[in-house]
Amino acid sequence: MVAFVKARRQIAGVKESKSLLPLALIGISLLYVGLIIIIPAANVAVQAFSEGLSGFIKNLGDRNLQEAIRLTLLMGVISVPLNTLFGLAAAFAIARKQFPGKSLLLSVIDLPFSISPVVAGLMIVLLYGRNGWLGPLLESNDIKIIFAWPGMALATIFVSMPFVAREVIPNLEEIGTDAEEAASTLGANGWQTFWRVTLPSIKWSMLYGVVLTTARALGEFGAVSVVSGSITGKTQTLPLFVEEAYKQYQTTLSYTAALLLGGISLVTLVLKALLEARTGRQSRIH
Amino acid sequence: MPKDKAVGIQVSQVSKQFGSFQAVKDVDLTVETGSLVALLGPSGSGKSTLLRLIAGLEQPDSGRIFLTGRDATNESVRDRQIGFVFQHYALFKHLTVRKNIAFGLELRKHTKEKVRARVEELLELVQLTGLGDRYPSQLSGGQRQRVALARALAVQPQVLLLDEPFGALDAKVRKDLRSWLRKLHDEVHVTTVFVTHDQEEAMEVADQIVVMNHGKVEQIGSPAEIYDNPATPFVMSFIGPVNVLPNSSHIFQAGGLDTPHPEVFLRPHDIEIAIDPIPETVPARIDRIVHLGWEVQAEVRLEDGQVLVAHLPRDRYRDLQLEPEQQVFVRPKQARSFPLNYSI
Repeated sequence: MVAFVKARRQIAGVKESKSLLPLALIGISLLYVGLIIIIPAANVAVQAFSEGLSGFIKNLGDRNLQEAIRLTLLMGVISVPLNTLFGLAAAFAIARKQFPGKSLLLSVIDLPFSISPVVAGLMIVLLYGRNGWLGPLLESNDIKIIFAWPGMALATIFVSMPFVAREVIPNLEEIGTDAEEAASTLGANGWQTFWRVTLPSIKWSMLYGVVLTTARALGEFGAVSVVSGSITGKTQTLPLFVEEAYKQYQTTLSYTAALLLGGISLVTLVLKALLEARTGRQSRIH
Repeated sequence: MPKDKAVGIQVSQVSKQFGSFQAVKDVDLTVETGSLVALLGPSGSGKSTLLRLIAGLEQPDSGRIFLTGRDATNESVRDRQIGFVFQHYALFKHLTVRKNIAFGLELRKHTKEKVRARVEELLELVQLTGLGDRYPSQLSGGQRQRVALARALAVQPQVLLLDEPFGALDAKVRKDLRSWLRKLHDEVHVTTVFVTHDQEEAMEVADQIVVMNHGKVEQIGSPAEIYDNPATPFVMSFIGPVNVLPNSSHIFQAGGLDTPHPEVFLRPHDIEIAIDPIPETVPARIDRIVHLGWEVQAEVRLEDGQVLVAHLPRDRYRDLQLEPEQQVFVRPKQARSFPLNYSI
């Protein structure tokens, strides 16, 4: 890039000294990214290993950390498949069917993007909590939702809902209905058409949505924090555990958990990049 | 009522509306088994909608559709035993050519050997032997459309429907492919209906042409009938170039033409041009000469200011040595007005 700019400037007859500008721009960008992202991230790794490898492994064995990992994975296992199924169904309804309230559904799907996660959590508390609308009914049947995993799952599902539908809708609109109609003229029923024709055409955008859903589900803090009560060893996911351990001056343990979360993000990032290459799309910010 | 077995497709009083737009209105159409029929019309004339109604891709608001004698109005697309070819091929991009062609066969649970043999047979039929393992993206437009055709023919449909099959191809490939389609039809003999907005294409390929306009059938007939005896002003002006003149025009006075209809239609090649005054001609002046290849177009201005477009063969043009601004004499060889037909 620099060489290219230099060459162009030489052709244009501009003095060589002016080519410092691109260098300066690159320098500023690197410095900024370094200060804001790379150094803090690297510090997490350094801190996690501050008691050496054995300390790190010992920390990994922490019972509460393991419980947090288990609960985080549970959140993912519950919310990702549900949101994928819902996302596909909603995407098909919106991209392929005409029905009253279609634009309303489209807006509602976007709601979790625009609502603060804390408010989302609060909504769940107000509905299912002891003083909430359904509170008395749940209590009399001995069903616990708030301060327990079902509430956390609800919060996680809420915040990670839009991704699959949002990725699949434009893809469905882009591929059109020709191939699906062709399949039906060849004798395929709706189900066969879906599995053999539509799904292969939308699988990359769907997987992209699944990756984003997973990242959001595993990393969510605000909404889950409100509904869970953050009880150590019981209702703490990894993000909650990181905060709690840090507050309790278990710094290394906190950084160990943070490193795990960071690792998940890294895997997500790589998958996202791979899928972006597959779907031929530009990197986007959500 | 039970329909004649010899009738491949029968459309009876079919109408279809999209919102406030009347796409197809009270259409009746009979297509004989084994014939090749073109639905011809401008865009928005309802020709594609009619084809999709026959296929079952759209449901008619009223009327009935019979395929090979059975009432198919309420049958779903997949039960109609039709083959459909789309303008933009609609191939399955994630499947190879071979898998595309095999798609319908595999749904019918044929044995693997039978499917393989049939696919090879079809690859040969559409002249794509050896390209079976390619993906659609690795083929040219013309090749893709032949794959689409092979895929539709694989399941041995009783009726083959093609929606602007050559519309997305460039001029040269389009010409090759349409004469190829004609030959293929002579081999396979499946009842075929194709949609086109290109009158030349319809003329070249079809046994019968159905001219459509504003959702209605204007005329049904062989290419020659449609050209020589157009039933309506629309057909006259849609099939081939035409001059539309008021019946008061100078050119008709010498010939003693008398018609109550205000508009008279005159094909460019039905205008005779002479250098010297001969009976029944009127004087005119050459405005412009355009060379169209095998014929020459002369734009002539009558004394009343009316401009006519005339076509004459190259040889005739050379004999006459026409030039702009030259004084000539013109005579209509044949003219037409509607609804009464007459000749001079």
